Amino acid sequence: MASLKDLRNRIASVKATRKITQAMQMVAAAKLRRAQEAALAARPYAERMSNVMSNLNKGMTDGGGDSSPLLSGTGKEDVHLLVVMTASRGLCGGFNSNIARKARADIIRLQNEGKTVKLLCVGSKGADALKRDYEQLILKKIDFKAVKRISFAEAEGVSKELLAMFEAGEFDVCTMYFSEFKSVMEQIPTGLQLIPAKFEAADDDDAPKSASAAAIYEYEPNQEELLDFLLQRNIGAQVFRGLLENGASEQGARMTAMDSATRNAGDMIDDLTISYNRQRQAQITKELIEIISGAEAL
Amino acid sequence: MAGTFKFELVSPERVLLSEDVEHVVLPGVDGDLGVLPGHAPLVVTLRPGTISVIGGAKTRKIFVKHGFAEFTPDTLNVLAEQAVSLDGAERSEIDGLIATAEQELADASDDGKRFMANSALDALRAL
Repeated sequence: MASLKDLRNRIASVKATRKITQAMQMVAAAKLRRAQEAALAARPYAERMSNVMSNLNKGMTDGGGDSSPLLSGTGKEDVHLLVVMTASRGLCGGFNSNIARKARADIIRLQNEGKTVKLLCVGSKGADALKRDYEQLILKKIDFKAVKRISFAEAEGVSKELLAMFEAGEFDVCTMYFSEFKSVMEQIPTGLQLIPAKFEAADDDDAPKSASAAAIYEYEPNQEELLDFLLQRNIGAQVFRGLLENGASEQGARMTAMDSATRNAGDMIDDLTISYNRQRQAQITKELIEIISGAEAL
Repeated sequence: MAGTFKFELVSPERVLLSEDVEHVVLPGVDGDLGVLPGHAPLVVTLRPGTISVIGGAKTRKIFVKHGFAEFTPDTLNVLAEQAVSLDGAERSEIDGLIATAEQELADASDDGKRFMANSALDALRAL
């Protein structure tokens, strides 16, 4: 049984921890709002981009022209590059490990199919998680820890890297892993194929409208060059989207994790206080009994 | 031609500009384009350079890089990876852009890139 002093110390230390988690929760809440705003503000660009691209793509397939390798692939799919995006900081619940787990499941699946897998880690936590099993597969680690606010420049850096590697023929298929932000409580680890590009299924909703629009557009310089240009730009836009979604998800996950940590600390303090009081009372009773029995013995 | 059309300038980070304008001049890859209401639908890539929004009391200039424009008769959407408003921009800011463009020109590995970097430099030095 712990002594009274031990219990007092423990209560004090749990209280200090609760203060920290509470502060972290509030910081995460504030950052979450900003991250969410950034993710929302970035949406129009991605939407317009994919609209124009799917228009173009429809026009191209009708015309039967050669499409870019960024769209149709290299013809093989032997070498897979997985871009694993995680946070640079921990203490955010299952956020980092969920993404790493999804990536790991795919690595195992691809390796069983006999494909070569390469990894590019964005954010140090993912690299740490995957390093244990797949250190030799990690080509490069990119970390944005020093960057206060993710801007497009960071995404552009990653996309340049990817394009250079693709041109050098280092991989055939590129998939990006990040956590999609659904709500504060819910973040879904997602794998999104970047190269060859896939158009989102959501485009089908307005397919009739855009198909008619495609018929009347003129293109300058020409469709092939334009599509090629857009596909390259699109990688940057997708990476940027992944980074922002991840940023919002990270803060959401941290907020929930810290909220439950704060609550747990509160419960623990209550329990400890009860046993502290009980023990104190037991000690008083014991001392009283000693005094009384001492007096009776006289 | 009378009337206005909707002009939107969108960067990856946010919508920078969304308003009704009368006349916009864009730096297309194959030459500058003036856009008035009722333009034929067109998608065009832009070279680095300045967009001029003409209308109202004064002409506003915006420097864009890596962008493209999509227009329909009553809308013009410009998507650019980098867009910097040149109204009230500090001299040092412009100098920073020039330095970046010079660096890109030095690094350019092929004619396409050299052309892009040169065009950025020309546009910026003209200010």
